[in-house]
Amino acid sequence: MTVDSERTITLTVNGVPREATVPVRRLLSDALRHDLGLTGTHVGCEHGVCGACTVLVDGAPVRSCLMLAVQVDGHEVKTVEGLATDDNRGGQVLHPVQEAFRECHALQCGFCTPGFLMTISAGLEGRDSSAELTEEEVDDMVGGNLCRCTGYANIKKAVHHAAEAMKEAR
Amino acid sequence: MTTKLFGEPVRRREDARLIIGRGRYLDDIGSGALAAAFVRSPHAHARITDIDVEGALDVEGLIAIYTYEDLAGPMAEPLPILIPHPQLHAPRTGYSLANGIVNHVGEPIVMVVATDRYIAEDACDRIAITYEELPVVVGVDAAREAAHWVHEDIPDNIGAIHHQETGDVEAALAASKNTLSFTQYIERSACIPMEGKGVHARWDADDASLRVYTSTQASTSVRAAIAAKLELSLDKVEVIAPDVGGGFGVKIVHPWPEELLVPLAAINLGREVKWTEDRREHFISSAHERQQRQEITVGYDDDGRLTALDVHVWHDHGAYTPYGIIVPINTATQLLGPYDIPVYRARINSVYTNTVIVTPYRGAGRPQGCYAMERTLDRIADALGLDRFVVRERNLIQPDQFPYDWGLTFQDGRPLIYDSGDYPGLLAKLKTLADWDGFEARRAEAATRGKLLGIGMAPYVEGTGPGPYEGGHVQVLGSGKVLVSTGLTSQGQGHETVFAQIVASELGVSIEDVEVHTGDTRRFAYAVGTFASRAAVMSGNAVALAAQGVREKALRIAADVLEASPDDLEIDEGLIQVKGVPGTSIPLRTVAVLSNPLRYAFDEAAKQATQFAKAGADDTAPVAEGDAPGLEHTDYYSPVRSTFASGAHAVEVEIDPATWEIEIAKYSVVHDCGTVVNPMIVEGQVHGGVAQGVGGALYERMAYDADGQLQNASFMDFLMPYASEVPDIAIDHQETRSPLNPLGIKGAGEAGVIPGTAAIASAIEDAVGRRIASMPISPTELYDLVRNPDSEMTATAGRRAGTGVTS
Repeated sequence: MTVDSERTITLTVNGVPREATVPVRRLLSDALRHDLGLTGTHVGCEHGVCGACTVLVDGAPVRSCLMLAVQVDGHEVKTVEGLATDDNRGGQVLHPVQEAFRECHALQCGFCTPGFLMTISAGLEGRDSSAELTEEEVDDMVGGNLCRCTGYANIKKAVHHAAEAMKEAR
Repeated sequence: MTTKLFGEPVRRREDARLIIGRGRYLDDIGSGALAAAFVRSPHAHARITDIDVEGALDVEGLIAIYTYEDLAGPMAEPLPILIPHPQLHAPRTGYSLANGIVNHVGEPIVMVVATDRYIAEDACDRIAITYEELPVVVGVDAAREAAHWVHEDIPDNIGAIHHQETGDVEAALAASKNTLSFTQYIERSACIPMEGKGVHARWDADDASLRVYTSTQASTSVRAAIAAKLELSLDKVEVIAPDVGGGFGVKIVHPWPEELLVPLAAINLGREVKWTEDRREHFISSAHERQQRQEITVGYDDDGRLTALDVHVWHDHGAYTPYGIIVPINTATQLLGPYDIPVYRARINSVYTNTVIVTPYRGAGRPQGCYAMERTLDRIADALGLDRFVVRERNLIQPDQFPYDWGLTFQDGRPLIYDSGDYPGLLAKLKTLADWDGFEARRAEAATRGKLLGIGMAPYVEGTGPGPYEGGHVQVLGSGKVLVSTGLTSQGQGHETVFAQIVASELGVSIEDVEVHTGDTRRFAYAVGTFASRAAVMSGNAVALAAQGVREKALRIAADVLEASPDDLEIDEGLIQVKGVPGTSIPLRTVAVLSNPLRYAFDEAAKQATQFAKAGADDTAPVAEGDAPGLEHTDYYSPVRSTFASGAHAVEVEIDPATWEIEIAKYSVVHDCGTVVNPMIVEGQVHGGVAQGVGGALYERMAYDADGQLQNASFMDFLMPYASEVPDIAIDHQETRSPLNPLGIKGAGEAGVIPGTAAIASAIEDAVGRRIASMPISPTELYDLVRNPDSEMTATAGRRAGTGVTS
């Protein structure tokens, strides 16, 4: 690789300003995992079908294997590591979706889980939490990600569970 | 045993790290490692005439290139035949890097090591290989015809002929009131875990030792294989399965070429080296399963009772046979299901094709066997005009027939003897759960909407928990923490939770104090692996036995301190107390300290165990003869033979005759896996299995063309079910303990997938009235079938229409 083919990018990841010098062809998924050390984002297919690598760019779910790292220069990225929030006592408060996944046994091997968590958290946060969650909404939130372990039943259950928790927390 | 945790839907302990992105999967390890990439064969069958690496040499960041020429000693020999068998008369395995010939697209030829994966792939692209193409054999029929040969010294393409029988099947068929014969097919699918394979190796040159992380289902055996192939002493090799992103069978195969080559490069280069499989690589260079041609002849009486069954299967095992004939044996022996069959013969010709190897995928030959048996019973019911459920009920092994000895040999080399079960109970539950008797009203209702509704069902019996053994180690630390270790690996089954439940219950401690480790040869060096629904049976019982050993020792030491008899003591929440005498107690953690007599006090707790701390008898040894310091115990569970789980599925499909779209309207499961440790986890296994069963029946197929190119080697083209393709599943339970192991457990891992293809084929056939003899089936294929005037109509459809065949 020549010097010309590298770029230094600055971005905000999980609320923290980060800088990385990456080859222009570096996928966002690889940059997050290997340049920024955020290995919670998983790579399942590298052709944008499975959804395991989903992260939020400026709040919207994207497949980080279909985006180049240089494209997020100046943008905000949120990964699974940033989903829980600090409780200001050295611990973390899990996102309702994370709690729900655990409560409903919505993961087995856990490899696809970060992608589901990011997609569903964006879906739930982008809706009016006081409204009754419909099956169509659930299907929409889980319908674009592949899971080989769970058969999806408990993932759908977790979406309902999380929506209920978010409704109560209003 | 305190039972408050055992049998409860305890939330999973592994989830805490996995939901916050703190899992540690293979590619998360070794951020500074060099990256390996492979040049793989683009041809299904070819002779390699030249490998020119010149063009790759000036790629900046290239570290090393390996071809077969660079391999020496055992590494230059073929990969091992993992499971030899006398009936595998012509076994073949490939080389770690191709030695002159390639036998399937995807076979590794060159390994490139570079500073990162992008650069390694750049270098791969610049390596020029010249091939002389050879004739290609694709599919079981081409292999059977043997116009071309996969291996030039095996002119009939047959690697093994597996043959088992319980009597003179030809005489029994001749004496049968009725017989029928048919041929049917089932296609290839594959495990397709979300995480592919991967290997990371680190060589410590000063210590001359190797640590390998690999996404495997068998770390102890990978360790032994690496030691043998790289000529290292076993004690200088550690193999660890980190968090593994799904397995479903493909990761039980070992050593994969990469599991040997990556360590080889790490030793050679004195650097950490890592290879992470990409999705296309997984499709074309790991393993598939399921393709068979099944030729079946059955004898039966006028009531639909079986009198004889003769099955001749042609099984496609791909280019090589590293895993022996386990899949064919499973088909031959598990085909029998819950039925009492007077005379049975199975002959399986296992054949070579120029395609990816065939090794166990969840179910491992059982879904094919179930498909053979259940479709046979469907045909009998159709011929006699009987209800399909009734035909099954008439043939069941009854509860008083256990142990039921088939006089056959199972895949563990042991007699095929069903240990326990209640098959009439299962079917009765299924009939209710699926509302079988109310189906015709639903069919009529669907017809008013212009839809074709069909129902099908299929029971199964699954041999689970085969030996030879697993072990467990339980240790109580002075802190009160309880460490549990077992050698077999985890790929998402929740072993950390289930084994903790077992140990916490056996030992009388809080589950929060228990920490479970699996698949790490540093912690437990003896193990077999995670396959054949065996982890809960094997390691579950092993850790229970180990915990019982710890408990016994703890009570003995505590009895001494409390001046009581061990029989009068109990352990509850980590406190050992005299039964009925509150206040007379000692914490388990203190017993752990006392169990290790000390000279040196390194912390406050340790003082209690030092030599001047307690007045002891001067004439006894601090560690008694036959005893050992520490509160720990290792034990092993080794069963005489496998246990047999069972279950039954029923499915309703709704077909739109405008599009021939097949939708699953209702899916019912009754299952019996003996004692259940954690019902939440067992149901999760059922859900996942059913999803794979639905995928295998309706969507998944390895689409090889005639040249041996896999046309759908991506998630864009290989249709793995999304949530939209998986139905809601109604589940009912039955618990028939296994008499073979202390906990009464039978395995639950694979069951969900087994009857899917059989039941769905039956339901589609029932809906459309045309014979389904090849699975999976797509809407297009179904359309072609129903519009083809030559396709066979079922007798049932004729009767329903008031025309055609009558019985």
